[in-house]
Amino acid sequence: MSFASTQFLAFFGVLFLLYYTVPRRWQWKLLLAGSLFFYWFAGWWCLIYIGVTTVTTWLAARRIDALAREQDAWFQEHKAELSREERKARKAKDRSIRFRWLLGCLLVNFGILAVVKYTNFVIGNLNAAAAALGGGQPLPTLSLVLPMGISFYTFQAMGYLIDVYWGKSPAEESLGRFALFVTFFPQLIQGPISRFGDLSRTLYSEHPWDSRQIAMGVERVLWGLAKKLIVADRLAIPLRALVADPEQYNGVYVLAVIFLYAVQLYADFTGGIDITIGAAQMLGVQVTENFQRPFFSKNAAEYWRRWHITMGTWFRDYLFYPMSVSKPILKLHQKCRNRFGRFGKRISVHTCSIILWFVTGLWHGASWNFIVWGLLNGLVIIISQELEPLYDKFHARFPRLKGSRGWDAVQVLRTFWLMGAIRVLDVYRDVPLTFRQLGTVFTAFRPQVLWDGSFLELGIGMGDWLVAAAGAGTMLACSLLGRREPVRERLSRHSPHLAWGGCVVLIWLTLIFGVYGIGFDATQFIYNQF
Amino acid sequence: MKKNIRTAILWVLILAAGLWLLNALFMPKYMSDIPEGALIAEYYKEETGHDVIFIGDCEVYENFSPDLLWREYGLTSYIRGSAQQLIWQSYYLMEETLNYETPKVMVFNVLSMKYGEPQSEAYNRLNLDGMRLSPQKIAAVRASMTEEESLLSYLFPLLRYHSRWNELKGEDLRYLTHRDIVSDSGYLMNVQVRPAENVPTGRPLGDYSFAPVCWDYLDKMADLCEEKGVQLVLIKAPSLYPYWYDQWEEQIEDYAARRGLPYINFLELTDEIGVDFATDTYDSGLHLNLYGAEKLSRWFGQWLTANCPVEDRRGQEDYANIWNEKSAAYAARKARLEAEWSGEDPA
Repeated sequence: MSFASTQFLAFFGVLFLLYYTVPRRWQWKLLLAGSLFFYWFAGWWCLIYIGVTTVTTWLAARRIDALAREQDAWFQEHKAELSREERKARKAKDRSIRFRWLLGCLLVNFGILAVVKYTNFVIGNLNAAAAALGGGQPLPTLSLVLPMGISFYTFQAMGYLIDVYWGKSPAEESLGRFALFVTFFPQLIQGPISRFGDLSRTLYSEHPWDSRQIAMGVERVLWGLAKKLIVADRLAIPLRALVADPEQYNGVYVLAVIFLYAVQLYADFTGGIDITIGAAQMLGVQVTENFQRPFFSKNAAEYWRRWHITMGTWFRDYLFYPMSVSKPILKLHQKCRNRFGRFGKRISVHTCSIILWFVTGLWHGASWNFIVWGLLNGLVIIISQELEPLYDKFHARFPRLKGSRGWDAVQVLRTFWLMGAIRVLDVYRDVPLTFRQLGTVFTAFRPQVLWDGSFLELGIGMGDWLVAAAGAGTMLACSLLGRREPVRERLSRHSPHLAWGGCVVLIWLTLIFGVYGIGFDATQFIYNQF
Repeated sequence: MKKNIRTAILWVLILAAGLWLLNALFMPKYMSDIPEGALIAEYYKEETGHDVIFIGDCEVYENFSPDLLWREYGLTSYIRGSAQQLIWQSYYLMEETLNYETPKVMVFNVLSMKYGEPQSEAYNRLNLDGMRLSPQKIAAVRASMTEEESLLSYLFPLLRYHSRWNELKGEDLRYLTHRDIVSDSGYLMNVQVRPAENVPTGRPLGDYSFAPVCWDYLDKMADLCEEKGVQLVLIKAPSLYPYWYDQWEEQIEDYAARRGLPYINFLELTDEIGVDFATDTYDSGLHLNLYGAEKLSRWFGQWLTANCPVEDRRGQEDYANIWNEKSAAYAARKARLEAEWSGEDPA
């Protein structure tokens, strides 16, 4: 069930009332039951997948934790009897046993993800390669349905498992409590990808009624719904038209796609995350923030520290860092340093970056569009790192520029359009078409379509464009005003009437200007598909 | 704490009042456009009960004149008709009507037997939006909804009509809390003349059987009327199109005979009634115009007087006051429409 549906509102309303009615020690159990129901609603068979991930991860983590404790106890007991070499060998052997449990569980769960998400992509590529080589009968594709939120919950569970393996987090003893961590419904379908250490702090606690927290949660849910229904789903209509006919809509229209898709995706994804965080807050659970005004970033690396933060940190902590200190990369580092000197030192880091962004692209979807999208992001970050000395020289020459508002604005706009241009790989059919479309910005610009009324023939009229612009403008204003403190916090501090009034007006505006109902089917949140 | 509760109550009330206002604002008013949409709700403004209630689709609200039945026979009647009213909608309207009054006669037009499943959201809205909230309305909505519809949007019409924000007109404000009367006791008057020429015959159907669900609802109507002591009369109005097949006619005749119900097919009585499709229809035979409707009502009034336990109420002051007023409104509307039509017609 989509967050922007009456089913979800009804489900959440009932759960919310029960949550504060049942004895507090049952609250987390109720949340687990609710989460399983929420997941069952997407298809009973989905419960099998998430069940396998939950049980295998819980068992493996428990085993790793138990092994670590047993091994540690044995080691402490026999430490004095062992030589230094024996101690080292023993530690390596113990680690290897624990690693086998880790590896087994990782293989099972990433294996499930790989099979359901990537099998047909692999088959498609094999068939294309075979056809290019004049091969025979193509392999049939499989009818695999992707279980809801599998990329999110698999990463969340595997992050926990690795933390247990590293000794950063204790293994959760209760299967029920761990199951709630994996299935917690507000974040099940589009993240954020929470860490056990963060989420468990409030997930299992007893939560008394807290009017202020609940009110703040309600406000955030309403704000998320407004962003999704008023802005994102409204802009989805012209975007669909612009992307469906690339022959007609090229040149300046491609710039429009870049701009509109940036706004739509931001409104859609942050709207969904607002609902997630707000709904969790209403239940007393603190969920990690996933965005930090990303469109104000001054370079690609900063952008990725502020957009989908939990995914970025997951890849950094569980892929980039371990990979950077892995034996093959250290060997590569050594070789390159010996061969290429100072620049060679960075080759290993850039290799890790490219692998990281390849996997990030693949995580987003089983298509070359996403892979190329990931690689381009990596490439832009690497190039900007390599060009840093050049920037330094430039700023040494023009010292007044650095830190000035004008230069900041240039950097922000440059990053917005650059990231936007890469992002349109999400929307066009394939990679060559995307590059052809981007090329037409230079070869068939035709700016007159911006004012000759052509944009009024894309499925929405002037009124809708104005509503979308007002919505996007409000989002921008809130983003600017909320740099130090969220706007709703400021409002509620001034007067409770302001906060209440804001909520009431948001409800009215969303009901009137939201794109839903007959004629408009509220589109699924874009990040659900990942 | 008390202050917080007071603040919360205040804002919840403001929210509810705003939603009520928005619902009223966004609901289509059906005053200058598609007056059919206003018919169902007009019934609730009636000040007296009725001896005869017509239930059905456009073949009742376009073809019978309650005013003539009053003027010539002293019969009080009302038409609870609406565009493409499906049989389950007719049933629930009948049930709902019986909550307000117990007429002597219920007249049901059987054309809707041909529709065995929900047809279109637009017609559903014309039929159901005007009903007051009641168990019957909810049942009618449940029975009528197409796949894309939701019960919630009938209970809170703003959820359906919110997209009208960029087409709101002065009319939406003017009729925020009230509506003009667009019909004469449910009759939607039309004085135009467009002769019936080249009426198409029905093309053969693969299956002439009415859907089981239609029979179920017809049974329920007959049972309900029997239980309430109301005479149910089945009719087929004299509309040339949609085509009424002989096979359908046989099924209805058999049913009426089996249940002991009177059934009148006016298509077979047009000569006797005096309906002339060259002058008595405004849309080439689909519906009668005022002149045809008055001829049909004259014949039917006679039949009702002769065959049903109805009474002439012209001598009853409380009825006469109201119905004479209605007659005056009817005459005024007729004069106005005739003036408009003759002005428009170059002939």
